[in-house]
Amino acid sequence: MIERLGLSPATAPLEHQAALWVVLGLPLLLGALGAVVRPARTWPVVVAGMLPLLALGWLFAEVAGGAGRSAVTEFGPLTLHWRINGLTLLLLLLSGVIALASAIYAPAYLREDVEASSRGQAWFWPLLGLLSSSLMLIWLAADLLLLYIGLELMGLTAVGLMLLPGKAEALVAGLRYLLLALVGSLAFLLGVALLLGAWGRLDLAGLAEAAEPGAPLWVAVALLSGGLLLKAAAFPLHAWLAPVHASAWIPVSALHAGLVIKASFFIALQLWLLLVPAAALAAWAMGGLAGAAVIWGGVMAWRSVKLKEMVAWSTVSQLGYLLLAFPLLVGTGSAVADLAWQGTWLQLAAHGLAKAAMFLAAGNLILATGESRVEGLAGASRRFPISLLSFGMAAISLVGLPPSMGFTAKWLLLHAALAGGHWPWVAVLAVGTLLSAAYVFRIFRYCFIEDAPEYEFRRVPLGMDAIALLLALAALLLGLAAAWPVTLLRGAGGEP
Amino acid sequence: MSQGWLPVFTLATSLLVAPLILLLPERAGRARAVVNLAAAVLKLLLVALLVLGFYQGRDYTFGFTVVEGVSFLLQVDALGLMFAGLSSLLWLATTVYAIGYLEDSPNRKRFFGFFSLCVASTVGIALAGNLFTFLLFYELLTLSTYPLVVHRGHDKALAAGKVYLRYTLTGGLVLLLGVVALHALVGDVAFGQRERLADLGPEAHPMLSVLFLVLLLGLGVKAALVPLHGWLPRAMVAPAPVSALLHAVAVVKAGAFGIVRLVYDVYGISLVHELGLLTLLSVVATVTILYGSVKALSQQELKPRLAYSTVSQVSYIVLGISLFGPFGTIAGLVHLMHQGLMKVTLFYCAGNYAEELGIHRIEDLDGAGRRMPLTSMAFTVGALGMIGLPPIAGFITKWYLGMGAVQAGMPWVIGVIATSSLLNAAYFLPILHRLWFRQGRGRWPEERRLGRYETSAWLLLPTAATALFSILVGLLAGVPFSPLDLATFMATKEYLP
Repeated sequence: MIERLGLSPATAPLEHQAALWVVLGLPLLLGALGAVVRPARTWPVVVAGMLPLLALGWLFAEVAGGAGRSAVTEFGPLTLHWRINGLTLLLLLLSGVIALASAIYAPAYLREDVEASSRGQAWFWPLLGLLSSSLMLIWLAADLLLLYIGLELMGLTAVGLMLLPGKAEALVAGLRYLLLALVGSLAFLLGVALLLGAWGRLDLAGLAEAAEPGAPLWVAVALLSGGLLLKAAAFPLHAWLAPVHASAWIPVSALHAGLVIKASFFIALQLWLLLVPAAALAAWAMGGLAGAAVIWGGVMAWRSVKLKEMVAWSTVSQLGYLLLAFPLLVGTGSAVADLAWQGTWLQLAAHGLAKAAMFLAAGNLILATGESRVEGLAGASRRFPISLLSFGMAAISLVGLPPSMGFTAKWLLLHAALAGGHWPWVAVLAVGTLLSAAYVFRIFRYCFIEDAPEYEFRRVPLGMDAIALLLALAALLLGLAAAWPVTLLRGAGGEP
Repeated sequence: MSQGWLPVFTLATSLLVAPLILLLPERAGRARAVVNLAAAVLKLLLVALLVLGFYQGRDYTFGFTVVEGVSFLLQVDALGLMFAGLSSLLWLATTVYAIGYLEDSPNRKRFFGFFSLCVASTVGIALAGNLFTFLLFYELLTLSTYPLVVHRGHDKALAAGKVYLRYTLTGGLVLLLGVVALHALVGDVAFGQRERLADLGPEAHPMLSVLFLVLLLGLGVKAALVPLHGWLPRAMVAPAPVSALLHAVAVVKAGAFGIVRLVYDVYGISLVHELGLLTLLSVVATVTILYGSVKALSQQELKPRLAYSTVSQVSYIVLGISLFGPFGTIAGLVHLMHQGLMKVTLFYCAGNYAEELGIHRIEDLDGAGRRMPLTSMAFTVGALGMIGLPPIAGFITKWYLGMGAVQAGMPWVIGVIATSSLLNAAYFLPILHRLWFRQGRGRWPEERRLGRYETSAWLLLPTAATALFSILVGLLAGVPFSPLDLATFMATKEYLP
């Protein structure tokens, strides 16, 4: 597992550390620039947004071909550890793309959404930059100190972004989120402190080697996972998610559901694989939670009255698929783990793209109809075909129907579960598919109503439709091109 | 020499025309028609090219790896070509028909867009070279037909769409589980590599039997095997061209085609025989054939009667498969084509009566033969063919089925065919009697004069053409390149030991 995570001691050092700093710093810089300039048009954002992707290209070139890189930065008395492998690159690229999409969507959205206050708008750009940077930090970090910094930064900026609408319900939901995020951070910090006290080091590779099973380790892992799962909205710690999304701005929701909760999951899975790689029983318990998340999230999404609520609950359900990674990766044979490893990260990428696309498309639909309830969509298929098409393509990926990325991911997870004879997880995946089909097609049922009363509706700017469509297309079609991310996962991560 | 681009192009003609149609504005009806028809003609030509190349022994394989051990594979074999030919022929005919049928109705852009996608899926199913690729297009078919089923957008259509999705998505999920499990067992199996499963040896037989049943369950939903047929009669609320395509080539036939692939190309008929599953198939087929016919008798409306007739007729394919021997195999394979041609004709006719005269109920058909002679003649051809009268296509199927039954030592199957033919006659002949021999009541439920002839030429032309084809494939069954010739080729050269 250490090799898969790019933490093996044999990893070559990164040649130009500057690439690292550029990747981490550019979003922050652009965010600060955005605060000053406050772009009202789309094209400056498109142009500026390309820069972080270019920086990523540099990092790709640095790592190309090799089995990952590591880096160490001495910072006064502190030693910071970094690692870049195939998985990191994949996640960096994913967050770069989704953050760019949200940023491109934002100017037109903020212009169209009459309720967006100007003070809120001023804060949007720097917070967005900070959030992107902290995400990049989490993907790259290879010690618990950096992870803690990234987690804390990410949590606080996410709360800040959620509070921007300034309305009462946004404040209530956002403050509850803040409270829970702080509880989560506290638990995480306690866990880190325990580990530091017991083994005196924070770098992941070293901890993985030094840690010995025993009470301190178990308590520490329990605290760390508890805190992280709370932040990841994993069942049963998910209750804060739907209200927060119901009142947040659309690009913020897209970023949050697509990336932020995944970051907590990523850290949690990583810690389990490193610290308790054989804890099969506990992992099975996590599998139980996964099943509950899939079912409960699916049922709640199916019963949602509002469109955004449905999309948010679907996140809870989809996160259940990701949680299956614990029982499929921890304590299983290498054949099963190999399939599950690919399936998990593909699922994460698929859900990130699809969910961001779905939020953007839902935002377009809500903006166009002026109606946030699902029933308000009656007749939408005739009036807003492109928004609905984007929504539909994202939905296909969420349900896991071909040729979407969600399908390829589900195929791999199913294959892993079947190969290992883990029947409960096969059942979870099957039930999840049916439930997600049920809640997604419930929306379409309304859209195809023909004798709907003619509501007043607005035309959504083409750019907003286009960006949702592009993201959805990526989620839909990349399933067949999964060979590339999988090679990335295997190649630069080193063979297990 | 490998020429992988040709199957890809064939697929792309309908796959790429779909977004193009969706991009054209709703009002641009003429441009849409031109684009759509051009693509349909092009596709027919490409399939013809494939057939020619195939007979010259060219290899048309296209594939790439999706993830390790799973590949997307298009390949061309006789069975796939037959299905692709049927679907591209009927796409052209049905597009012409639909242009006439939907004239001036709303949402035509959406309709034709998804219609093209639906045809693309069937061609994908036909050319799929392994189970993964098959599954991909099989699910795409579900998705692309849903908007067509709920096209009218009223409560009944939406309710039917819900039932349709419940059945097909669950079936798709079961199929997915079966396919993944088969992958976990033996890895990627291209169609035609029958020895892969047979080589597993007798200790794998219980597992293979279970997997066969799982896969059959998944495919049986679309093939409308009783008791998995519940969605089909309800889906009748869709517009006539959709029903025609759904019944003749798209959904129902995709299921039946999948079962053919499963038996002959994945497991191999010998292995299925060894596992003792052919008896099960023949029992399921018999039940479906008889149940569908009996239900058809009690229907008072034309389209539901045709729908139950489909339930019954498609299982002739399964029945043919279950008769282990050349004649049974030929009957099953050739019926893929025959049933498609005849059923599409019948549905076109039902659509013509509904559009021109507003007739939906069978009792209103009195005297319609005089008012719409061409349509009624086409209907007569289709109906007599279903009953099995020579020289229409259906006769060939039933003849070979009977011989197959004798050959396989299952003479009771002849009883099934006879009973079913009697039932076919019992529900079709009264309609023919009403059409030709009863006096009309003087006025029709809702008469519209759609064209210079008995109805619009757009509607009439495809109807006449498919009726003609139904006679021709029967009359010229002995000629090279006829469906019977293809089926005989497949049965003797490829599928039987």
